[in-house]
Amino acid sequence: MSIIMAFLIGGCICVIGQLAMDLTKPGITPGHILVGYITIGAFLSALGLYQPLIDLGGAGATIPLSGFGHSLAQGAIAGVQEKGILGAFTGGVSATAGGITAAIVFGYLAAVLFNPKD
Amino acid sequence: MSSESEEKLKTAQQEEYHNLVNRIKPKPPVLKNCLWAFVVGGLICVIGQLILNYLISMGINKVDAGSLTAIIMIFMGALFTGIGVYDDLGQKAGAGSIVPITGFANAIVASAMEFKREGYIFGVGARIFSIAGPTLVFGFVASVLIGLIKLAFR
Amino acid sequence: MVALKKMGLQTLVFAEPPYIASWASMVGPKEGEGPWAKDFDWIMEDYLFAEASWEKAESKMLRETVKLALSKMKLEPKDAELLLAGDLLNQIISSSFAAREVSIPFLGLYGACSTMAESLLIGSMLVDGGFFERVVTAASSHHYTAERQFRFPTEQGVQKVPSSQWTATAAGALVLQKAGVGPRVTYATVGKVIDMGQTDAANMGAAMAPAAADTIKTHFQDTGRVPDYYDLIVTGDLGAVGMALAGELFVKEGLVPSPNYSDCGVLLYDGLQGVDSGGSGCGCSGCMLAGPLLRKIKSGEINRLLFVATGALMSPTSSFQGESIPGIAHAVAIENI
Repeated sequence: MSIIMAFLIGGCICVIGQLAMDLTKPGITPGHILVGYITIGAFLSALGLYQPLIDLGGAGATIPLSGFGHSLAQGAIAGVQEKGILGAFTGGVSATAGGITAAIVFGYLAAVLFNPKD
Repeated sequence: MSSESEEKLKTAQQEEYHNLVNRIKPKPPVLKNCLWAFVVGGLICVIGQLILNYLISMGINKVDAGSLTAIIMIFMGALFTGIGVYDDLGQKAGAGSIVPITGFANAIVASAMEFKREGYIFGVGARIFSIAGPTLVFGFVASVLIGLIKLAFR
Repeated sequence: MVALKKMGLQTLVFAEPPYIASWASMVGPKEGEGPWAKDFDWIMEDYLFAEASWEKAESKMLRETVKLALSKMKLEPKDAELLLAGDLLNQIISSSFAAREVSIPFLGLYGACSTMAESLLIGSMLVDGGFFERVVTAASSHHYTAERQFRFPTEQGVQKVPSSQWTATAAGALVLQKAGVGPRVTYATVGKVIDMGQTDAANMGAAMAPAAADTIKTHFQDTGRVPDYYDLIVTGDLGAVGMALAGELFVKEGLVPSPNYSDCGVLLYDGLQGVDSGGSGCGCSGCMLAGPLLRKIKSGEINRLLFVATGALMSPTSSFQGESIPGIAHAVAIENI
């Protein structure tokens, strides 16, 4: 069941991005999409609107980059509750440190090991 | 003719041309693109869900399992970019392969690999963030803002 | 005072039309799978051309094409008096580095994808003006060097839109001479930079079509010729979208889009090669001219060609700053006379 819901919710979240690329003004690049998803995900999460989506779709809502925004937002909120103003600065990155570090390290390693293909 | 009316004429001509371009320009196959995005995006999330389910069944707590899943997905995104198949997938799947966290990894690895020939420090090291950098900047700023707002309204 | 060799507003008349004494073209693997494979002198097996980077490969491509064009006349680089060349890369490094190797006196040009026509018309002026006896004009582009400079890293998963174009991996070189046999450059019309406010970098044909229409219209006004005078009018790299737009603009300007109009970007590939709207880049018009088109002129299949290379004069910086994309087009009349 969790698999089917992940497929449906994840698919729908991606379709929104596709519509944004195809129907809005030209020149929307993957960079814009990524920035949009992480930012919108974070604010939806702060308003309490993203958690229900995760409850429903599991990885279907956490794997899209909006889920990364959600982790950043929830990290900051938890940080504030724990450490006050310091937490606002440390919470978000602490909660997502694994993913960010992995992306940088694997990115660098891949660049060392592989060359861009024709 | 005054420069103001010249300006107006130019704008009118540009507008007329713009309409002509919009009439002639082929439209992207939105339905087909959306179907691809839905299926590929959905399947990537299914892989994530399978990994998550497995990790939880191994007795790892939910938060750590989520982080580990993200790391594994990023690894796969990096690997498939490295062996040169993620860009082919992206051509078909569009947002379906951009939006998932594997797409974030793809943006990082593609930028890093591309600038290898300019050296490992200012090539790979600097350019690795050319697309992912803005994403992190906006993510971090949003997260700190949210934290501060929560602090103010606690 | 009236300039002696100018006609009308923007057109140059060559009193002693320079001869295109030799030409050569080199293309990448994808272009080699297209409909004109047998017309190119060299088809690269891969995009690196036994070099360490794509930029080095592009420079080598340009250099070898120049050498090839000269060697067809049993000449060496030292026999040429001047090299006029350009490409798409920052500081036109492909051309400068090629000029370093061949050691021919060099003037670097930038006209974006219009460079083949720009080099040809300047070269013709210099030969007709009596400054040089033998000038080599050339232009190149490389798909992957252009992608990484103007668009995205090559391995990034980006979906192309139907109006986008494929930068050709190709180079073309022509040897212009005061004396000789062969097709001759009779007229050239220097184009104005025209900007109709287009900002979509994935639709360059739309940005360049107004410039092409303006230059072609001016060419006929200046020379008094009619479109039917030419066996073929060919634009550089408008692609299918830009060509359709140019057709509409011709009608608006009162030029009948007769069947003798085509576009190198549309011709270079066949429809199944996944290039969307068509080819682009300096090499697109360069290899088409220095390949199939000049072959047809030589054989007499085409006797009068109006070659109108088109360029989009923007940079990533100007695009990020929200500037629109200015277009330019230069027309060169090549005739068997």
